[in-house]
Amino acid sequence: MVKVGIDLGSRTIKLVALKQGAISFHTVVESSFEPHRQALAFLEQHVPVRAVATGYGRHLVQQHAEVDVITEIKAHAMGARYFFPQCRTILDVGGQDSKVISLTAEGKVQNFQMNDKCAAGTGRFLEMMAVSLGYTMAEFGAAAAGVEQATPINSMCAVFAESEVVSLKNSGMPPAEIARAVHLAVANRLATMVRKVGYGDHLVFSGGVANSPIMVSLLAQELGVPVLVPDHPSIVGALWAALQAELLHHRDSPAA
Amino acid sequence: MSAFEVKSDPQLWEKLGMDVARFTGMPAMLTQAYTNIFLAQQNRPAKMAYFDGMVENIHTGRIHELMEAKEAGKPVIGTFCVYIPEEVVVAAGGVCVGLCGGAQGSIADAEKVLPRNICPMVKSAFGFKVGKICPYFQAVDFVYGETTCDAKKKTWELLDEYVPTHVMEIPQMKRDKDKALWLDEVKEFKVAVDKITGTETGFDELSQAIVTINAKRKALQRLNNLRHHNPSPISGKDMLLIEQIAFYDEPNRFVENVNALCDELEERIKQGIAVAPASTPRIMVSGTPMALPNWKLHNIIETSGGIVVNEESCIGTRYYKDLIDEGSTTLEQQLERLTERYMKIDCSCFTPNTERIDQVLKEYEQSGAEGIIDYCLQFCHTYNIEAVKLRKACEERGIPFMAIESDYSPDDVGQLKTRVEAFIEQIKG
Ligand code: SF4
Ligand code: SF4
Repeated sequence: MVKVGIDLGSRTIKLVALKQGAISFHTVVESSFEPHRQALAFLEQHVPVRAVATGYGRHLVQQHAEVDVITEIKAHAMGARYFFPQCRTILDVGGQDSKVISLTAEGKVQNFQMNDKCAAGTGRFLEMMAVSLGYTMAEFGAAAAGVEQATPINSMCAVFAESEVVSLKNSGMPPAEIARAVHLAVANRLATMVRKVGYGDHLVFSGGVANSPIMVSLLAQELGVPVLVPDHPSIVGALWAALQAELLHHRDSPAA
Repeated sequence: MSAFEVKSDPQLWEKLGMDVARFTGMPAMLTQAYTNIFLAQQNRPAKMAYFDGMVENIHTGRIHELMEAKEAGKPVIGTFCVYIPEEVVVAAGGVCVGLCGGAQGSIADAEKVLPRNICPMVKSAFGFKVGKICPYFQAVDFVYGETTCDAKKKTWELLDEYVPTHVMEIPQMKRDKDKALWLDEVKEFKVAVDKITGTETGFDELSQAIVTINAKRKALQRLNNLRHHNPSPISGKDMLLIEQIAFYDEPNRFVENVNALCDELEERIKQGIAVAPASTPRIMVSGTPMALPNWKLHNIIETSGGIVVNEESCIGTRYYKDLIDEGSTTLEQQLERLTERYMKIDCSCFTPNTERIDQVLKEYEQSGAEGIIDYCLQFCHTYNIEAVKLRKACEERGIPFMAIESDYSPDDVGQLKTRVEAFIEQIKG
């Protein structure tokens, strides 16, 4: 039987399938207009299956298919712990939400923070800024990494930052410097969230934004501790969901 | 159950000078929300029927009662804060009505006048008046305003252009000179109330009123103690609703019905009838009050696998935890005892306000809660900042704590649900 974990985020869907306890398949796809249909289609391909859903759309899938649900907070925390068993603090930055979770030494969720109704400090914010500079996401990060310095930008509101970026462009500042300034501003914001929750001698960074090497290094600089990124930072939540499905399966049918 | 319907009375609304065309859709909206949020609950106590009835008659029957009092020359006073000495109004044979500021619908009306970045409660309430879409607002002789926060204090100046607004200065410290100031304010308030009746209420009337309102607070205390039982015999949503109704119902009738409900709950406890299993994570809500019909957080918690077991809030214990000493022998003494009772309210407008932190911790113990969600309306600075101290106090004692800032719009329901579910997972361990 295949165990599946589905993480329905606001921007992408992450799928992980486990066979005999090992990852047999994983993918990240853009979410369509009706993201739960993508999830349902995937489930149909893998019958018989035991599945757990997490993320923004978890309840929607549950209305249409037999799945258990866990919150993305728990999924990311436990998923990070799976990769880094000692980890006590996780920063997860996705398309629309960023969260910081702290764990007890035994691995229980102790405290967490999520960004409020605001795009600043999320993947969406970075995307918007990349677009207004005419970069793809990869170019955007590379440009930021390629310069040493940048004038700080003041505005972290997605709407105002956009106009600030436009005026910086018009004032003749090189786009790469602006790119760095934007990355710095986001790193700053995330670091503040991490400090509020508290962190130890390292931080685990997951979610799509953790794919950006410059974000990782800026955060490490800002916080003064190593920032550890799992191999596939986007699928951390989905992987834990799949492991959870495994667990539930064994609980419900111990003989199998 | 399917017969539930919030009633309409366009003639009455017309008479009150309301925007009837705009208001006509309101009862249907409320009917639907109430049906989904309240009537859909499993295993509700039968005696909730009275409170359902209060909601059905919220825009009709109760308004008729207010109008009758008014026609008999009795004061009808709108309030926004538990700092109103309602005993003084009741002594004059009048009615106190808590004006709702808990709906998203009137905010756009308010924003035509008020700045956007103030708390939704002030905007919602103000919008009800400028939009002429609240029968209570239309019925009152005057509105009682206070100086507990800057948003309110300055809004009263504007509101006074639409409805007479009597402002009392609430001190923000609790020294002797502050208490003396407040006693003066209470006396002035009494003069304003007496002016409407044209007679001066004396010792006997005030005595009776103190007994009446004490009885209301005692009934609510009794109910709150019963709901602390695990498993809970009543949901947090129903409790919140009763606490909201406490602000506009006729006190004696309300007391009778709360006590009847309490009798039923005692019976339910004996028989082991509950609204959720004993293993359901028990959440206490603290913070900013939730004016009618703000049921958002309670609904999220109770549809995410938790149950709310206490409200440390002005829609909650802050309204009924303290009684007035009934042993006074002179009017002057009555007013002093009354002032003493009101000065115990630990609103976050006070500084310092360590009593509130102690109170929260005490109620946490008493209610058998397993975690605290501190609720704060956007731009409510005093509660928001006080949450920092509260968090620290909870962390020191290992109490699971989460602070939430929200408004009345449905935009963040998804995100809040995730946070509340995660908090419940955290409690379950
Ligand atoms: S929170 Fe403060 S201002 Fe608001 S009702 Fe309570 S006492 Fe009044
Ligand atoms: S919720 Fe806060 S900001 Fe709003 S009126 Fe009450 S005290 Fe003032």
